Amino acid sequence: MAQAIPAGQKWWSGGKSPFNVEYGKLMMWYFLMSDAFTFGAFLISYGSIRFASNGWPDPNEVFRAFPFAPESLHLPLVFVSLMTFILIASSVTMVLAVAAGHNRDQKKVTMYMIFTIIGGILFLSCQAWEWTHLHGEGAWWGRNPFPNADGSKASTNFTNFFFTITGFHGFHVFSGVVINIIMLIKNLRGDFEKRGHYLMIEKAGLYWHFVDLVWVFVFTCFYLL
Amino acid sequence: MSNEATLHGHPEVVTTHDAHHDEHGVHHHKETFITKYVFSQDHKMISKQFLITGMIWAIIGGLMSVLFRLQLGYPDAHFQFLEDLLGSKWAKGGQIQPEFYYALVTMHGTILVFFVLTGGLSGTFANFLIPLQIGARDMASPLMNMLSYWFFLLSSVIMFCSLFVETGPASGGWTTYPPLSALGDASDGSKTGMDLWIVAMAMFVVSSLLGNLNYISTILNLRTKGMSMTRLPLTVWALFFTAILGVLSFPVLLSGLILLLFDRHAGTSFYLSDIFIASTQKALPNEGGSAILYQHLFWFLGHPEVYIIILPAMGLVSEVMSINARKPIFGYMAMVGSMFAIAILAFLVWAHHMFVTGLNPFLGSVFVLLTLLIAVPSAIKVFNWLTTLWRGNIRFTPAMLFAIGFVSTFISGGLTGIFLGNSTLDISLHDTYFVIAHFHIVMGVSGILGMFAGIYHWFPKMYGRYMNNTLAYIHFWVTLIGAYLIFWPMHYEGLAGMPRRYMDYSNWVQFNQFGGLNQFISTVAIITFAVQLLFVFNFFYSIFKGRRVMSRNPWNATTLEWTAPIRPGHGNWPGEIPEVHRWPYDYAKDGADFIPQTEPLGSHESAH
Repeated sequence: MAQAIPAGQKWWSGGKSPFNVEYGKLMMWYFLMSDAFTFGAFLISYGSIRFASNGWPDPNEVFRAFPFAPESLHLPLVFVSLMTFILIASSVTMVLAVAAGHNRDQKKVTMYMIFTIIGGILFLSCQAWEWTHLHGEGAWWGRNPFPNADGSKASTNFTNFFFTITGFHGFHVFSGVVINIIMLIKNLRGDFEKRGHYLMIEKAGLYWHFVDLVWVFVFTCFYLL
Repeated sequence: MSNEATLHGHPEVVTTHDAHHDEHGVHHHKETFITKYVFSQDHKMISKQFLITGMIWAIIGGLMSVLFRLQLGYPDAHFQFLEDLLGSKWAKGGQIQPEFYYALVTMHGTILVFFVLTGGLSGTFANFLIPLQIGARDMASPLMNMLSYWFFLLSSVIMFCSLFVETGPASGGWTTYPPLSALGDASDGSKTGMDLWIVAMAMFVVSSLLGNLNYISTILNLRTKGMSMTRLPLTVWALFFTAILGVLSFPVLLSGLILLLFDRHAGTSFYLSDIFIASTQKALPNEGGSAILYQHLFWFLGHPEVYIIILPAMGLVSEVMSINARKPIFGYMAMVGSMFAIAILAFLVWAHHMFVTGLNPFLGSVFVLLTLLIAVPSAIKVFNWLTTLWRGNIRFTPAMLFAIGFVSTFISGGLTGIFLGNSTLDISLHDTYFVIAHFHIVMGVSGILGMFAGIYHWFPKMYGRYMNNTLAYIHFWVTLIGAYLIFWPMHYEGLAGMPRRYMDYSNWVQFNQFGGLNQFISTVAIITFAVQLLFVFNFFYSIFKGRRVMSRNPWNATTLEWTAPIRPGHGNWPGEIPEVHRWPYDYAKDGADFIPQTEPLGSHESAH
């Protein structure tokens, strides 16, 4: 979107976009604000219920398994750190895809979009493994095998919120992967090249970064605190 | 990609669009019945779809109130026709059964608040007026706009179906508080009907999101040349704030409903703790949840929702009032500022619906302060409407009468809001008929009066014909007087402590004195409802047989929609979009009756 902006331009006087963006990007920003309120409502609900509870399970005890590692091995938060790293790495490749789009480098866009999609799918796979593992330990909506940190019996709300919110986030990642795949296909067909700009990649990027940002909050709330 | 190219929506579409206009002057779609009336992407048609769907809902919702008013006015009577009509399950022996009564009040609230005064009101006028008044060919994304209507219709169909399931529709009140709404065993209305309610509301949130994103980006991006933000008609400002409120508050409801759905079907305890159900003699294992949490999530939407209803009405009224008083609106910037203040405060007052839930009294006092602060922008707006009327050259068109009626009900309903906003007074007033009276007058009646003002005023633009004035005047006077006769006495009942949501007060000695009053209210309610059917008749009759509009600008108004052809095609203006040179309220300026926004400033004229 880089372009020379004439000095003394009256941005708000009509006949042009005041932010110098087309409507789709504006909508995306507003949509993300809306979505932020959805996640905000979930996380604040989680916080208020947790605050009102007598105790809460210790994440270091709950999230300590790693694929193919023996059960006896204690690896608190190692797996989720890997997941987080993967997701953040996919954000980096997304940035590179957007930058390649700015330079109208179709091949590089393709390459970085593929990396981003792989990152997203890896993250989802990790989540699937973690959910399966927890389910195997007896955790699910309405079932919580993990005791509070002080050893007392916990309410089911630890798992209730965990599955609901990480599930809702996972659904967002899934949608993001689908969007990215569509973008990749459009790019391979040369749609953006014909159009002369890669704005769609930018908008998909906004969504992808948002989903990553939300994960940072989800990660903090469920695994660190 | 340049700003100019981005302006008119989809870059790939715009080139063909514009070329089209330049070549032929007007739009020549190949239009079939399906593309013109059903899957239309023209904002004007979508607006009419919203309007007529909303009207159907209003009739259904209004009819429900007639049914439960029959019960409240005549609790001992047997109305055989009710049993014939509704069957013996809902109206055994011609008497409305308790489950049905609660279903009626729940659905009445849901329908009127969401489907009529949100979907019907914003959907109609945001779609119709935003592009026409800012000088745009259509919404930023016509496709999303169409989807917004279709999600609204889907939501409507689901909600309508819920009326017919065996266990009845949702019946825990329009706020659907858990635990009642979360436990299917607790009542019939908490079974399938409640699931359908949740799904329908989720679709409604999607519809409102699609619509609102479009309204916001259209207003920001697609204003015609010269149409700066301070030259926007107040309708557009009002719809702009409404859209922002919707984008930021509806998602919180969605979160709340998702958690509710899990509580209903996945065995979670987000809202549930320590519950024993009498009907099944079972103690539930749920532990650790909080029913109050749902109320917070609900009212974080629920309160902005009342401004989502009233702000568009305010905008329509401001516009109608200035045009028909032949005077500029008084205090344009103060109007915009007070709407902005209302939009901000809308998010900071939700807990005043929860004063008696055990809310911390200190927190309550903060919410009292913020709630009472809303009186300031509201009073500014009322002052400005009255001063707009002051020494105006008033034309009492039907739209103008409804606009003045709106100011009347907004004042009388708003004043009781000051009572209810006090947490101490609320201890005795909450859940009484005083609350019913308050919100019906300030939000329900005012909202619908504003909507009527809008319909009567813009009907000539929508259909190229006028509505019948005689019927309109009858409609207005019966509606306004009827509304006051219905809701004014409820204040007294409420002050006497009469609680809401009971179906029969006759065996309650304290409230026996109100038996006659309740009959009176019910009678007036039936008459007022009947007059609404007169409006419906007038509306549909006038679409086909009304007096034709012969000039582009029948009200001598300044705004852009009246510069378009009498029956504008898709694209609104043949040829170039008009350019704007002045604010929208140049009435009675320099000896001229009105000066359209498109007229350049004269050499001896200063801009407003």
